[in-house]
Amino acid sequence: MTTPLLTVENLRIEAARTGEAVVDDISFDIARGEFLAIVGESGSGKTVAARTVLGLLPPGLRQSGGRIALDGEDLAKLSPRRLRALRGPVVGMVFQEPMVSLNPAISVGAQMAEGLGLHTPLPKKEIKQRCLDMLERVQIRDPARTFDAYPHEFSGGMRQRIMLASVMLLRPKLLIADEPTTALDTLTQREVLDLMVGLATDHGTSVMLITHNLGLVARYTQRAVVMQKGKVVEAGTTEQILTAPREAYTRQLIDALPRRETNMARRPTGEPLMSVRGLKVEFAGRPQFFRQRSGIRAVDGIDLDIDAGETVAVVGGSGSGKTTLGRAMLRLIPSVAGQIRFRGREVPAAADRDFRLSSQLVFQDPYSSLDPRMRVGEIVAEPLRHVADLAPRERIQRVEKMLDEVGLANFAKRWPHELSGGQRQRIAIARAIVRGPLFVVADEPVSALDMTIQAQVLKLLERLQAQYGFACLFISHDLAAVEQVADRVVVMQAGRIVEQGSRDDIFDRPQHDYTKALLAATPLVDFANPRVTHVPA
Amino acid sequence: MKMRANTAIGGLLIGVLFATAATAAFWTPFDPLKVNLRARLQPPSALYWLGTDEFGRDMLSRIMAGAATSVLVSVLTVTFAVMIGAVIGVLTGYLRGWTDRVIMAANDALLAFPGILLALAVMIVTGANKFGIVLALGIAYIPSVVRVVRGTVLSIREKEYIEASRVIGNSELYSMARHVLPNSLAPVAVLATSMFGWVLLAESALSFLGLGVPPPAPTWGNLLAASRPYMESAAWLSIAPGLCIALTLLGINLLGDSLRDRLDPRMVQG
Amino acid sequence: MLMLGYLVRRLAMTIPTLLLVAIAVFALVRLIPGDPVQVMLGDSADPAQVDALRRQMGLDQSIPVQFGYWLAKVAVGDFGHSITNGLAVLPLILERFQVSAIIVLVAVTIAACVAVPAGLIAAWRQNKAADLAITAGATLLLSIPSFWLGLLLLLLFGLKLKWLPVIGYVPFSENFGQAITFIILPIATLAMIEIGALTRMSRASSIEVLRLEYVTHARAKGAPEWRVLARHVLPNAFAPTWTLIGLVLGHLLGGIAVIETVFTLPGLGRLLVDSIFARDYPVVQGCLLFTAVIYVVVNLVVDLCYPLFDPRVAAE
Repeated sequence: MTTPLLTVENLRIEAARTGEAVVDDISFDIARGEFLAIVGESGSGKTVAARTVLGLLPPGLRQSGGRIALDGEDLAKLSPRRLRALRGPVVGMVFQEPMVSLNPAISVGAQMAEGLGLHTPLPKKEIKQRCLDMLERVQIRDPARTFDAYPHEFSGGMRQRIMLASVMLLRPKLLIADEPTTALDTLTQREVLDLMVGLATDHGTSVMLITHNLGLVARYTQRAVVMQKGKVVEAGTTEQILTAPREAYTRQLIDALPRRETNMARRPTGEPLMSVRGLKVEFAGRPQFFRQRSGIRAVDGIDLDIDAGETVAVVGGSGSGKTTLGRAMLRLIPSVAGQIRFRGREVPAAADRDFRLSSQLVFQDPYSSLDPRMRVGEIVAEPLRHVADLAPRERIQRVEKMLDEVGLANFAKRWPHELSGGQRQRIAIARAIVRGPLFVVADEPVSALDMTIQAQVLKLLERLQAQYGFACLFISHDLAAVEQVADRVVVMQAGRIVEQGSRDDIFDRPQHDYTKALLAATPLVDFANPRVTHVPA
Repeated sequence: MKMRANTAIGGLLIGVLFATAATAAFWTPFDPLKVNLRARLQPPSALYWLGTDEFGRDMLSRIMAGAATSVLVSVLTVTFAVMIGAVIGVLTGYLRGWTDRVIMAANDALLAFPGILLALAVMIVTGANKFGIVLALGIAYIPSVVRVVRGTVLSIREKEYIEASRVIGNSELYSMARHVLPNSLAPVAVLATSMFGWVLLAESALSFLGLGVPPPAPTWGNLLAASRPYMESAAWLSIAPGLCIALTLLGINLLGDSLRDRLDPRMVQG
Repeated sequence: MLMLGYLVRRLAMTIPTLLLVAIAVFALVRLIPGDPVQVMLGDSADPAQVDALRRQMGLDQSIPVQFGYWLAKVAVGDFGHSITNGLAVLPLILERFQVSAIIVLVAVTIAACVAVPAGLIAAWRQNKAADLAITAGATLLLSIPSFWLGLLLLLLFGLKLKWLPVIGYVPFSENFGQAITFIILPIATLAMIEIGALTRMSRASSIEVLRLEYVTHARAKGAPEWRVLARHVLPNAFAPTWTLIGLVLGHLLGGIAVIETVFTLPGLGRLLVDSIFARDYPVVQGCLLFTAVIYVVVNLVVDLCYPLFDPRVAAE
């Protein structure tokens, strides 16, 4: 067996001020041409560990032990100059946030050319030609124009392709991809990752894929290292990790993967709880002093029925109008046409009191949905101020009971900033449920949370739904989560419903091409056959 | 650690300033206005800690009285500007639409005009006196307050907890009072702190030009202006009032920095 | 194309500002308590003289008509004549403006050349000794009132060391070498004051930029540290500082009166203050209007240059 491309031994990284370990005694290696996944939730130290390989620790952290050998050379013994010579041609890195990882003030071409200019003696003309070829390779439509354009002119997916092109130009031996597609929607994620794998395979590049998504691990990598709180929990082949995990934490991660559960077939109970006909929402263009730009139709003629107690999932890529639909159904944003009936009565454009008091919303971002200047107890109590004839004592009791039900008893006196993301989302759910609504819109309620927390919050939602019997419009881009919770699925594209049906029909017998593409792009773990698929570009 | 030192030094300087101003309202070592021609231009001594001016008036007493005037003028001005500015800012941020656009166009026009010139212009109308200065500087700084308050209100309105409040069934007015207002106080506090410094400096500058509080009532600015002819023979006359202004501004800047750091924790990490 | 749209939009934004300033300056004289003509000429003025001046200033017409006439004249550069010496206002202002403009421009240029790199270095060494020293220095400079610093410099270099003259001014056209000795202290004073504000701004925006992923991206490409700072951080961090430079220029023009008073320079600010004392309202109006126009023009130029540092602006 030849020496590995990268060897990390007993690496320890700590906060310079407190000496607290961020990465604690981890070891792993990557063979030439191998695709390795580093799996972990936030706070696992996976990103820090990867950046150490490039010698790019964030300020305030320092390496206090261990050894990193790259291509046979000990990184600690290299001069800063020699280390810089490795960055780019030997190790390349693709970052998570495509919106901030390209310099807005420098043209795409100049940024791509920079690496070749620094590391090769090639003439300018040759450099430009290579850049153009690479842009074409990552399927950018007009390479010549792209070369002279600035990053802000491109979407997230396009920027990530540009990023990939710029890194792969130098043909690194190791590519570190830090959550490279987390910020992208499902279809774009698939395209970018396929391109990345294709390019890496072409050049014999090893890939270190840092991710929280086990679906991606299953699809793209051969080996995986599972990290938690700075330590390596378990390492092995992807197949072994996914099918025969040895450690409890790994098992917990795998159990957290959404799975289809047999749902009780709900019989339609005559008239639906809520019925939407011909709903249209337009966003005004940017108002200017003299004229109004023509509007953009975000929701374009939606018909939808929701029965009492059922969960209808709305799926679609970014820009499909699913979030707008949710807001419009709650009459939070004005619609230009269409009708909403709730319990047999028409809901006027300015929602009436009955509808307001029976409908609720759970938000995606638990960090901005709670008022930072109110205590948890006050937040959960606030909806009750509209409940007539509620004695103060009763109100306190109901808040306490609700907090207990979301697993946060005795949290009433805490402030939101003292809570974790998962706890905040529980509070947001408690606030939505405390008044006993009939209809709840959950807008990407778990996509900002860690995997294991996602599973807990989804379970909580399901339990509360069974207990309180509210209907739920579950908006999500994550088909895996939808498969677990939905009774019915609605697929949206460009403001229209392209397909709707029962959960099993949509997942097992999709009809529309867009649904099929979404399903194909979703990295679901196939436990019966968890072989690495290594999809070629 | 650095932040705590900022807060401590800044707090100390401003604390001393306010204490001095409060003391001067009741007691100063000598009458700050009493002329004593036998003690003209005395250097600092055990009797006259900071020396005497060309009329033999005690500089320490005059500086203390000047502190009282400066603090009073600055506090009144900041209160005036923040109150009016906050009302306009909240209203425009809340109403939006055409009212907002017209008010903001006017506000931006005023902002695009050096504050001290605006103050000068108002002073021409009101005349040079304590309340003329308060009015002039207040009007000059209202546009900045409007801008900050409106920006804060608009950004908070977009927060999801405001939408949550709407979903609960709360009225717009209730959401405004219960959620928007408490959350917009912090940026206004930071602005008011810095503004106290700007106003104090502007007031000194106007007094220095002879357009502020008229002599013989002492202010730090007119003390400095009066010291000019004696700069060579009686340097203490120019050093003490200037140092007072500088230390006050230093205190304000340090306090402002630590306030801002507390609001934006990213600035201190690392 | 994008650039052109940006240009037109930005130009259109100056119109309400200029109009409002014109109204304010015009209203100023009407708002002064009492009869402005009487105030200008004093109580003992001959009634015929008062009438003549009133007609000359157009005060016998209705207010909107007066404003219309006044605006039409101002638009072609006719600011009227000084009450005290009968000279045309605009040439007077232009002559004095030359003095102020040189001092302010040179001071701001020097300040920017020192402050921008200083702020960048402070941000780069955030919370290390160099940063603490630079930040402390900048905060100290920011806290010193310009007129006091001017007096101290005058005391040191003029009176104690006797290197530079204390009072007076010689135009550049008369004696270049001597002219420099008169403006060196005012320039140094203003530059030092503004270094404080600009350094802090430059540091704050550099810290924001240094935190962004594209800086790490540049390092991950193997770019040496100086290149990361000069090519990737500086242009992005400079944009907000550039806007502040525009504001500082205007702020200095407004506040230059104090510096001109300290150093007894015949600049625009001094002209304004002297005219206020002399109740020479046509000159006061002229000075205010002229300064406002300069301020608007400076900020216009600053904004029009902004897309050079941040190409995103033109696209918005």
